[in-house]
Amino acid sequence: MKSYLNAVKAVIWKDLTAEWRTRENLTAMLVFALLTVLIFNFALELDIQAQESLSAGILWVTFVFAGTIGLNRSMASEKDRGCLDGLLLAPVDRSVIYFGKVIGNMIFMLLVELIILPIYSFLFTVPVFQPGFLLVVFLGSFGYVAVGTLLATMVIQVRTRDILLPILLFPLTLPVVIAAVKASQGFLEFLPVAEVSTWLNLLIVYDLIFIAVAFMVFDYVVEE
Amino acid sequence: MMISVKKLVKRFGPITVLRELDLEVEQGEFVALLGPNGAGKTTLLRILATLSKPNSGQVSVASFRLPDQAVYVREQLGVVSHLPLLYGDLTADENLAFYGRLYGIGSARQEQVLGLVGLSARKDDLVRTFSRGMQQRLAIGRAILHSPRILLLDEPHTGLDQEAGEILDRVLREVALEGRTVMMTSHDLIRAADLATRLVVLSKGKIRASLSKEQFQSGDLVSLYREAIVGGEGLK
Amino acid sequence: MTDKPRLLTYLDFLTVVVLLIAIWLVFFYAPVEVMMGAVQKVFYFHVATAWVGMLGFLASAYAGIAYLRKSDLRWDVIGYAAIEISLVFFLVAIIMGSIWARPIWNTWWTWDPRLTTAAIVELIFAAYLLLRQGVDDPERRARFGAIYAIFGSISVPLTFISIRLLRTIHPVVIGNAEAAAQGGFNMDDPMKIAFFFSLAAFSVFFTDLLWHRIRLGNLREELGKLRIKAYAEED
Repeated sequence: MKSYLNAVKAVIWKDLTAEWRTRENLTAMLVFALLTVLIFNFALELDIQAQESLSAGILWVTFVFAGTIGLNRSMASEKDRGCLDGLLLAPVDRSVIYFGKVIGNMIFMLLVELIILPIYSFLFTVPVFQPGFLLVVFLGSFGYVAVGTLLATMVIQVRTRDILLPILLFPLTLPVVIAAVKASQGFLEFLPVAEVSTWLNLLIVYDLIFIAVAFMVFDYVVEE
Repeated sequence: MMISVKKLVKRFGPITVLRELDLEVEQGEFVALLGPNGAGKTTLLRILATLSKPNSGQVSVASFRLPDQAVYVREQLGVVSHLPLLYGDLTADENLAFYGRLYGIGSARQEQVLGLVGLSARKDDLVRTFSRGMQQRLAIGRAILHSPRILLLDEPHTGLDQEAGEILDRVLREVALEGRTVMMTSHDLIRAADLATRLVVLSKGKIRASLSKEQFQSGDLVSLYREAIVGGEGLK
Repeated sequence: MTDKPRLLTYLDFLTVVVLLIAIWLVFFYAPVEVMMGAVQKVFYFHVATAWVGMLGFLASAYAGIAYLRKSDLRWDVIGYAAIEISLVFFLVAIIMGSIWARPIWNTWWTWDPRLTTAAIVELIFAAYLLLRQGVDDPERRARFGAIYAIFGSISVPLTFISIRLLRTIHPVVIGNAEAAAQGGFNMDDPMKIAFFFSLAAFSVFFTDLLWHRIRLGNLREELGKLRIKAYAEED
């Protein structure tokens, strides 16, 4: 058990260290997210009312798109120098790779989200700094990354690599996105707890289901 | 018997790459695996490295059966591919530290390995800045970090210039001296003959010839090789 | 190679017969519905094709699990065939849904749970096909297809539940008193017969198509193998 955790920590440490050297991935995600927010701003011409009701949706669209970039590049770095083989050669369970990558990707995604949120609330005066809302951001990102990491690992072994990930990922993660948007909206509009908790519970259930299935299936993705 | 392969079959869809291949390698041997492109050398190596699963046949490495006991086999294996398996954005030291943590190896051994492959001076440089020769040396370092009993190398001299190749050979000889079993695929007959204790020729999915040191040192290597290929319905 | 099995020929025959009966039942036996008129007849086929499409989706998930456990490529042929056919059946269901929706709600498309989920399923199918296209190695292709089909079959019901919670104007047809108000209707006996028979008829139709498609897939594999053999011998 100890060596398992050590191995997972090693994978996370490796991703964080490598990314911190160049920060290419993070920068790409951030810039893309900011651009998305800006485009929405101009495309939708929101008045205050609309801002409140649409913010949840806009934020999640932004996170989802930026997330795709992060997922792609994170796994691509393993494929390019054959490093995935290096991970597969280690005398550890395959799931170490999966969990290590999921946590690493989560950290990157959360970092980007935590930078975008203040900027968004600065531009649009929306009460994003509530614990409930932040919880939803966390849970939603988790479900998304859980499926996304699995699919990204698949996709880097496929010819049509770059465009394929969003095409595969978006339809599958709709339950998570829908629940996240509704729960977020609930918190932003200060809706009664009962309504929000339905969506929150759904979100948690979805997360659990997805990560359980992904964990069971991951071996098949990397074997040959 | 370090490596034992009996009637190994590997297919990729409709194409059969390895056809009931038999091979035995004893401890301490340095086997060079030769053969034309597409013969199945890399496929065989990947199966022994637990990266690929056989369709049928019996494979055992270090007395563990594959693919069932693959996890145990991996502890005994060091693999050098023609891709470096190194992270460009990390330093040499960090790369070894990462793999060290995966294999449960401490920093003392990492230092030692860096010295063995002659890269102590560059340990804090990003691997991205290394020449191909240096990357290969570090790759070997990564492979022997956990002192594996078996070393598998897939055309490790690819892309290396004369000098880098010689440094690689020196490291390989030292490593072999430590009693390890080595299996190396190669296109380079001369170099293979220089390093190996046995030459094995693989063509069209089967072992066509196995030459001991005496045999290939005394005979004309190139024609012996040609014979093995042609005799086994290799090139026409 | 195996000739077309006798049983399949019988099934073809049965399919044609059963479909003809279903058509007769729908157009001549079941009464014209009072409020919606003739357009309502579309409903019988619409539900049948959607239902069958769903079966196909489940079949592919089952085949996916079977393939992962047994590594027998025949399961992959089944899974792929099921998805291809379901793709078409769902498309037909969606189009028929549109035809029905237009006169009733004055719109070609409604963002209600069932229709939206159907559209999402089509997207998942399309993604599945694209995924397979990009992989050359048959075993890897089968594995990835299986994994995606499994995920899809878990995700879709969850999506449906979510959207259902969001909104609903889709007719709830069986046993709802307010059905008429939502654009639904209650069925009396002749309609019920026509409805369930259509369901059965389309299930037979689906099985027939699936069988044919699986045979086609297997024949293709054989052809591929023979080709490789021929090229190899040319050397």
